[in-house]
Amino acid sequence: MADPIIEITGLVNAFGNSVLHDHLDLEVRRGEVLGVVGGSGTGKSVLLRTIVGLNRPRSGRIRVFGEDVTELDAEAMRAVQMRWGVLFQDGALFSNQTVAENIQVPLREYTRMSQSLMNEIAVLKVSMVGLPDDAANKYPSQLSGGMRKRAGLARALALDPELVFLDEPTAGLDPISANQFDELVRDLQQSLGLTVFMVTHDIDTLRATTDRIAVLVDRKIKVGTIETLVHDPHPWIHEYFAGVRGRAALAQSG
Amino acid sequence: MVSPADAMPLDAPAWCREERDRDVLRLVVGGDWVIGAAARLDHEVRDLAFGNARRVEIDGAALSRLDSAGAWLLLRTKRRAEAEGREVGAFSLPSGFLPLLHTLERDHTAPPCVLPRRHTFEALLQRIGRGTVHAFDSGYQILGFVGLVAVETVQTIVKPWRHLRLAAFAHQIEETGITALPILGLLGFLLGVVLAYQGADQLRRFGAEIYTVNLVGVAMVREIGVLITAIIVAGRSGSAFTAYIGTMKVNEELDAMETLGINVIEALVMPRVFGLVIALPFITFYTDFMGLVGGGVMCYFDLGINVPSYLRQLQSALTVTGVLVGLVKAPVFAYIIAQVGCFEGLRVQRNAASVGRLTTQSVVESIFLVIVFDAGFSILFSILGI
Repeated sequence: MADPIIEITGLVNAFGNSVLHDHLDLEVRRGEVLGVVGGSGTGKSVLLRTIVGLNRPRSGRIRVFGEDVTELDAEAMRAVQMRWGVLFQDGALFSNQTVAENIQVPLREYTRMSQSLMNEIAVLKVSMVGLPDDAANKYPSQLSGGMRKRAGLARALALDPELVFLDEPTAGLDPISANQFDELVRDLQQSLGLTVFMVTHDIDTLRATTDRIAVLVDRKIKVGTIETLVHDPHPWIHEYFAGVRGRAALAQSG
Repeated sequence: MVSPADAMPLDAPAWCREERDRDVLRLVVGGDWVIGAAARLDHEVRDLAFGNARRVEIDGAALSRLDSAGAWLLLRTKRRAEAEGREVGAFSLPSGFLPLLHTLERDHTAPPCVLPRRHTFEALLQRIGRGTVHAFDSGYQILGFVGLVAVETVQTIVKPWRHLRLAAFAHQIEETGITALPILGLLGFLLGVVLAYQGADQLRRFGAEIYTVNLVGVAMVREIGVLITAIIVAGRSGSAFTAYIGTMKVNEELDAMETLGINVIEALVMPRVFGLVIALPFITFYTDFMGLVGGGVMCYFDLGINVPSYLRQLQSALTVTGVLVGLVKAPVFAYIIAQVGCFEGLRVQRNAASVGRLTTQSVVESIFLVIVFDAGFSILFSILGI
């Protein structure tokens, strides 16, 4: 059993009177790709934001790399922050900087590299995420949505983090781009040994990339693989994965 | 104080050494070749001279960790050896790191693209050129917009029941006019006080204190009242127009209106233009009035001029023409402010940063134009002898 890289115990998130997470527990193992699914408004993104420290939980403990991120001081938090990378939904690239400069932001912040090495690494990351070379000099507004996501991933990977958070990485992409993105995630995960925490709606992405799936239902989390979740009696989970079974059957008969 | 670079988790420090065996150069590397050590390793492998070696080997068997920055340094060294005509022999790594190296080798094809340097003379020339083209472009767009709004304005005046959206129009009057009253009242009052104080101080030397009333009255009503109102409204409402329309543009709401067959100019610009043109004269009059009140209060306390004599003196100082000269500017200023605000809003591009930039620009431009037109009015009135 691999040691957990993220360990959430008794997490409670509530806004006003509406409780999103009620004593939720979750463990993410080192080196796995975990997909998080759930209906709209079940707090998938809130869960992600809570883990990376953008949202303070009402109660509960969140340990990342063995450190309780809800209690760290700024200095210790920085040390944790440089070990993870976050890809936001639309890339969240800094719009007044080129892609290369965006990738260099964390490098500049955390290392003392020469400019020429930073340029080399920026170009390297651009090529690693499958963007054409000339994209490095473009501004985010000159890129398509899919390219912005790749560029955002390149920035998230700039410091070679151990853990990457992806928020809806394939939402809004055409199926071909989405497939390519799935392959990219899988490929990078294997070659870099990443742990991936991925919030997604896309069942194809789940199938292509994830090792385990965490389903947010009834303010708690149910973890399993596609094979086990297909047989889950919970109505939402059943409905969500029923399509998969149908499709799998189709693929077999065809 | 721990600097960020030192805070990098470095378990085993990275090292590299070269071993020369006749014409074979072997680069032996070990430890954690990770991004935290990359700055130092970059210099070490960059300074590595191949000398007379014919064959270059890289031995990474002792590596304990390798990330893409470290792998890149090794890959770069290998490519440099190839480029300098050396034969590259063994390139050995622990098997766990091979997928990473293969990914990099596959994706990153030499020669890498070059990132341009900024702040060069060429870049300066480019900026000047781009700025010039941009200026002409904006001028052209402004002309187009002014014409468009003029046509719509005439249509609206001719057939208001078909072209004017009453609810939006009334809302704009409230937004730009009524909600501005508190701040304008206070500012007008204070300006009246200031004018009276300064005037009284100077005029007392000639024993002409009573003319302080004339000074306050004429300055406030003909010039300062309308000017300060226009400037405040440009800051309050002009900026709001740009931000509101700009945000709609970012959200693709304008495109949605377009596809629904709604005329954007008629729906968004006209209510603002007409709302402000109607509201500004009224709030100008209100500012004038508050200014006169402020002047009166100051005259009473500073010069002991009581209310009846203040009013009598005011009556002799102000003419209806004088008041109208001030008020007639208001709709013109309103037209300018509303147009600039809406125009800049429609120019917003589909990113959030441009909303902020153009909002600032809209305020600066409309205040600038208001003052230019005010000067124009002064020249016109002096020629007409009003």
